[in-house]
Amino acid sequence: MAQSEQLLSLYKQMLIIRYTEEQLARSHQMGLIHGACHTYVGEEAIATGVCAHLRPDDAVFSTHRGHGHALAKGVSPREVVAELFGRATGCSQGRGGSMHLFKPEVGMMGTSGIVGPCILQAAGAGYSFKLLKTDQVGVAFFGDGAVNNGAFHEGLNLASIWKLPTLFICENNLYATEVPFSYSSGNPHVGNRGPAYGIESLTVDGNDVLAVYEAAEEAVQRARGGEGPTLIECRTYRTRAHAEGMRDAGYRTQEEVEEWKERDPITRYNEWLLENEEAGTETLAAIEAEVKEMVADAEEFGRNSPWPEPETVSEHVFNQR
Amino acid sequence: MRELTYVEATLEALDSAMARDPSIFVVGEGIGERGGNFNTTVGLYEKYGPERLCDTPISERGFVGMCAGAAMTGTRPVVDFMFLDFILDAFGELVNQIAKMQYMSSGRLKMPILLRGAIGIGHSAATHHSGSYYPIFAHLPGFRVVVPAIPSDAKGLFATALQSDDPVLFLEHKSLLFNRGDVPEGDYTIPFGQARIAREGSDCTLVAIGSMVDKSVSVCDKLAEDGISAEVIDPRTIAPLDMATVLESVNKTGRLIIVDETFQPCGVGAEIAAQVIDQGFDDLDAPIRRLNGAHVPTPYSPPLELAIVPESDDIEQCVRDLLAE
Ligand SMILES: Cc1ncc(C[n+]2csc(CCOP(=O)(O)OP(=O)(O)O)c2C)c(N)n1
Ligand SMILES: [Mg+2]
Repeated sequence: MAQSEQLLSLYKQMLIIRYTEEQLARSHQMGLIHGACHTYVGEEAIATGVCAHLRPDDAVFSTHRGHGHALAKGVSPREVVAELFGRATGCSQGRGGSMHLFKPEVGMMGTSGIVGPCILQAAGAGYSFKLLKTDQVGVAFFGDGAVNNGAFHEGLNLASIWKLPTLFICENNLYATEVPFSYSSGNPHVGNRGPAYGIESLTVDGNDVLAVYEAAEEAVQRARGGEGPTLIECRTYRTRAHAEGMRDAGYRTQEEVEEWKERDPITRYNEWLLENEEAGTETLAAIEAEVKEMVADAEEFGRNSPWPEPETVSEHVFNQR
Repeated sequence: MRELTYVEATLEALDSAMARDPSIFVVGEGIGERGGNFNTTVGLYEKYGPERLCDTPISERGFVGMCAGAAMTGTRPVVDFMFLDFILDAFGELVNQIAKMQYMSSGRLKMPILLRGAIGIGHSAATHHSGSYYPIFAHLPGFRVVVPAIPSDAKGLFATALQSDDPVLFLEHKSLLFNRGDVPEGDYTIPFGQARIAREGSDCTLVAIGSMVDKSVSVCDKLAEDGISAEVIDPRTIAPLDMATVLESVNKTGRLIIVDETFQPCGVGAEIAAQVIDQGFDDLDAPIRRLNGAHVPTPYSPPLELAIVPESDDIEQCVRDLLAE
C-alpha cells in the first residue's frame, strides 16, 4: 500500500494528465495543434499507476495515445504542449508532434504513429538491461488494437524465452478507433494470455489507480529481480473521440460513454481519498489549483514559444557528434 | 460533365467492379460500416456485406499475407491501408511473395491484388503518416505502380487496376483526395504506361508526379504571361513508365525538369533523367534538373514541413533558371 505522500502524488499526476489533455482539446479546436491529437482522458490511472514505480533510467515506449505516458514519465506539460503547438521548445523540438514525443533524458523513448513497435522495443530495452546487468526495466504501453498485431506475439515470446525485465501494459479501452475488441479478437481477454507465452499475466481495473499501482509494483519487482516479464491488461475506456475533431458516434452508444464516465478514475480516487481520510477537501482543492496553474502556464509557454528554424530541418538525420 | 472528387471517382470504379465481379473483396481497418478513414468505401458495406467489406484487426502483415493466398486461389483482394505508411509492416510479404509469385510459379499462378493507400506530405501528419515510397516499389520487378493526379484518371486507372492480374499499388496523395474534377459517367479504363500531357508547351518539359501535377500546371500558366511556354507531363503510372511521351516532349523542348515530392536519391527523377540521357541525349539543350522533397523524415511543425516540399515558387525559379542556361 502506498504511503500518504505517494497517494497524493498519484492524485496530482492524474490531474496533470487530465488538465493537460483538456487544454490540448481546447487548443485543437482553436487551431493551435497542427496534426492529430489523441487524448488519454479516462485512462489516466494507468500511466500514473505504472510510472509511479519507474525511475528516470527505466525506459518507456508508447503509442499514438501517449501524452499521458510522457507526462507520467516526467516530461513537463510545457514541453508536451509546446511540441503539439509545433514549437522549437517542445520535447521533440517541433519535429514530432503528438505521435512523436521523445525525452530519453527521463526515459521517454517515444510515442509512435505506428501501432505495435513499442512492444518489441520494450523487449529490446529489457535485453539491454539484462546484458548490462542493471536493474532497469523496459515498459511498453499499448492498446487493445496492438494485441492483434504480430508484434504482440513476437515481443511476448522473445521476452519470455530470455526472461527479459519488461512490462507489457495493455490499455484495453474496448475499441481500436471504431472497431470493438470483441470483434477483432477471437479471445476477448488479454490478461489470461500470459500462460500461452510462459509469462505472468493478470487483468486489473484500469480506472482504479491503486489497483494499477499495486499490480505494477509487483511486476516491476519481478523484472528488477531477474524473474522476467509481466503482461498486465488494464480495463479502461476513452471518454473522448478516438482523435480530436473525429466523429464519436455510430460505433458506441451514449449510454455506454456515460456509464464509463461514472467510473471516472479521478473522481473515484478523489472520493476514495476523502472516505479513507487520506486527504481533506482543502488539500485536494489546493492540488487542483496548483495543477490548473501549471497547465495554464504550459499553454502560455507553448503559445509564446518560437517556431523551429527551417534551416534546421535536415539536422539529426544522421549522428552529428 | 458532372464533377466528382478524386475519392468519389475511385469509389465509383470500385462499386461498379464489385457489382460485376463477385470475387472482389476489400480488407482494411475501418473500411466496413465506417466507409473508410478517407471515405474510400462509403456505402459499399450496405450493398455487399461484411464478407466483401472486411474490417480487419491491426494486422498488416497478417492480412496482406492472407490476401496473397486469396489472390492465388481465385479471388481478387483490394487492400485498403488508409495511410500507405502502414504497408511497411507487410514488406516481406510484398517483396518476397506478392511481387515474385507469378515468376516463381512460371506464370501458372496469378497475383490479382490491389494495394491502395493515402500518401504524401501535408497537414502536419508527421513522419509516420506522410510517406509515399513509390520509388521503392517501382524499383522492384513485379509491381504496377499507379499515382493518379486528377479524379478522371483516378477512376479509369482504378478500373484498370481491378482488371489487372498483376499486383498494383494505387497511391493517392492526401492533398488530392477531395479535389473535384470532371469525371465521365459509366465504365472506362485507362491503360497503365500511358502518360497524360497536362499542359502543352514548347520551351521546357516538366514531368510532374501526383500532387506536383496541378501545382506545376498553375506555375506554367503563370509563366505563360511572361511568354514562357512550358509543357507538363503526368506519367500517371511510375511502373510501367511511359518514356516515349517524355522523349517526344524533350525532343520538342530540349529542356527537362522532373518535379516529385519523394526523395531524390535513386528516385523516379534519376530514372527518367538516365533514360533521357540514354535515348534523347542529342535533344537536350541544357542539363536535366530535378526538384524533390528534402531527403529527411517528414517533420511535424508547419514551418519545417513547408521547408521540405517543392513549392510553386521553387518550381517557377527552377524553370526560369533552366531557361537561362
Ligand atoms: C501499423 C498501423 N496500422 C494502423 C494504424 C492506424 N491506427 C492508428 S490508432 C489505431 C487504433 C488503435 O487502437 P488501440 O491499439 O486499441 O489504441 P487506442 O486508440 O484505443 O488507444 C489505428 C488502427 C497505425 N497507426 N499503425
Ligand atoms: Mg483501444
